[in-house]
Amino acid sequence: MNCLKNDIESIIEKIGNTPDKLIEILIEVQRQSEENYISKDALKIISKELKISLSKAYGVASFYSMLSTKKRGRYVIQICNSAPCYMNGGKQVKKYFEDILGITVGEMTDDGLFSLEFTGCIGTCDKAPAVKINDKVYGNLNKEKVEALVDSIRKEEEVCDFSF
Amino acid sequence: MILVSKLCGKISPLSLKDYKENGGFEALEKALFKMKTEQIIDEVRASNLKGRGGAAFPTGLKLQFVASEKSDIKYIICNADEGEPGTFKDKILLDGCPFQIIEGMIISALAVGASYGYIYIRGEYPQTKDLLKKAVNILKEEGFLGKNILGTDLCFDIEVRTGAGAYVCGEETALIESIEGNDGRSRFKPPYTANKGLWGKPTLVNNVETLINIPYIISLGSEEYKKFGTKSSSGTKLLSISGCVANKGVYEIEFGMTIREIINEICGGVETDKEIKFVQLGGSSGAVLPAEMLDIKIDFDELNKLGIGLGSGAMFVGDESICILDFVKTTMEFFKHESCGKCTPCREGNRHINKILNRIIEGKGSNRDLELLVDICELMKDTSLCGLGQSAPTALLTTMKYFEEEYKEHIEGFCRAGICNLKKGAVVYG
Ligand SMILES: Cc1cc2nc3c(=O)[nH]c(=O)nc-3n(C[C@H](O)[C@H](O)[C@H](O)COP(=O)(O)O)c2cc1C
Ligand code: SF4
Repeated sequence: MNCLKNDIESIIEKIGNTPDKLIEILIEVQRQSEENYISKDALKIISKELKISLSKAYGVASFYSMLSTKKRGRYVIQICNSAPCYMNGGKQVKKYFEDILGITVGEMTDDGLFSLEFTGCIGTCDKAPAVKINDKVYGNLNKEKVEALVDSIRKEEEVCDFSF
Repeated sequence: MILVSKLCGKISPLSLKDYKENGGFEALEKALFKMKTEQIIDEVRASNLKGRGGAAFPTGLKLQFVASEKSDIKYIICNADEGEPGTFKDKILLDGCPFQIIEGMIISALAVGASYGYIYIRGEYPQTKDLLKKAVNILKEEGFLGKNILGTDLCFDIEVRTGAGAYVCGEETALIESIEGNDGRSRFKPPYTANKGLWGKPTLVNNVETLINIPYIISLGSEEYKKFGTKSSSGTKLLSISGCVANKGVYEIEFGMTIREIINEICGGVETDKEIKFVQLGGSSGAVLPAEMLDIKIDFDELNKLGIGLGSGAMFVGDESICILDFVKTTMEFFKHESCGKCTPCREGNRHINKILNRIIEGKGSNRDLELLVDICELMKDTSLCGLGQSAPTALLTTMKYFEEEYKEHIEGFCRAGICNLKKGAVVYG
């Protein structure tokens, strides 16, 4: 918790401690967390620092769909389910990811590596179907590309594991 | 790319030198040193520029409203939320020429007497956000933002803010709530934002594409500017085109082209061997038009006559492989998810629409369901608090009008596109 407190304090110092900065702070706290979410402890610290109620901080964190108050995978795969993507192969892409990861949309893999979610339009309609994985967008997907994508992330993570 | 986007991709987006060599900040200098503030507003009014964010409100009039407010502080907001599904044109402008958008903001600030501005960019564009922050910092260092801009009395600064994935935050009052650090729920109107906006102060909210037009109007003059486009719709429009066309992407066109010309001449026609079935104009909140209506011109007056809006200028082209009900269901699920829940017609209406649509798609619907859908849609249109609930039923209503037989077929247990889990085939009526 102390380590968390220091991290959050330095984020707030950088962004500012007025209540209007709440969303920016939540985005950054989530981004820096290993599990792509904002924990209850983090919300407590933030609400104290910004002098707002915990329920307000929680309310905002749960209103915006990019923010999560539940643990998520290190890689959050967001499948665009807006019409231009979803009508253009997005539905199949969802199925490829579900099959290859063995989870359905809304779930996380047991190893904590992947979460699968829907997202609204990500502005890549000319490269439909597209998904967003953390901050990166991947377009023109098909079965092979989905498999390659998941493979490459898994390999990258294995390499990282060895270095510990 | 003919006018406002012509520098995008041609210059390095963060090179002030490139921008200035291509006429950058000439309009600001003209506005600062050669024009009175009323003249700036008059010029924008005379140009007939209409908002490019969806509502097509006359920009000059909006400037005048905010300018006429008396207040110690006024704000300007650049709406870069671009949440309308199928729309990706603001991103091209933001990534391609951020200085030009900011120049539009500075000129607007001068015109209305604003001292502080925000660029509210959607959280889904993190790289673009970083680019904008850099652009703002460069302009601060070079004296185009901050105190005494270019040695004059004008003081104006800009902050970049992000959303976090909420479509409703593109609506200007919800956007303001979000900048204030709250849930993005739309406010009751009046008061209007021009009168009481951000922190209760007069606020000008404009779309990215609207703002990027301003420097051109000032440097060309409204008469020259009006040579682009048609009588009712001057200038150009960026269209975001997706779906079954060969060349998808963002294109800047002059107003007055027909949808068919755009698809055939600009997008290289249809990519598949199938026929076009429909075009949805304006994103998920826009009207769905059958192939017979493709000779409509992109022109505010012409579209108005048919009761259609241009919206954000998104164009989704669907071919025969798409089932209209499946398409509408995807659209309506989006609205159900994005409804902020503040008012009953939208919160409940979207839920009921989805339930009924699912029933029909599963082959369990009845004619009574179709009547119910129309009733709910009309109610939402008339009584929802903000534009989200008011425009959510558009796709449903227009498809029920132009593709009525497909709804009826589903009720009888058929899906002609073979998408729904029903018998494949069309029913011949009459
Ligand atoms: C649900 C909803 C979403 C909207 N999203 C956007 C958006 O993403 N970008 C935008 O510029 N305007 C959006 N608008 C329109 C804004 O409320 C506002 O009219 C616009 O920013 C005004 O700018 P303009 O006059 O330059 O078009 C949205 C409106 C509604 C009701
Ligand atoms: S119309 Fe929908 S989005 Fe708008 S205020 Fe009502 S519930 Fe919220």
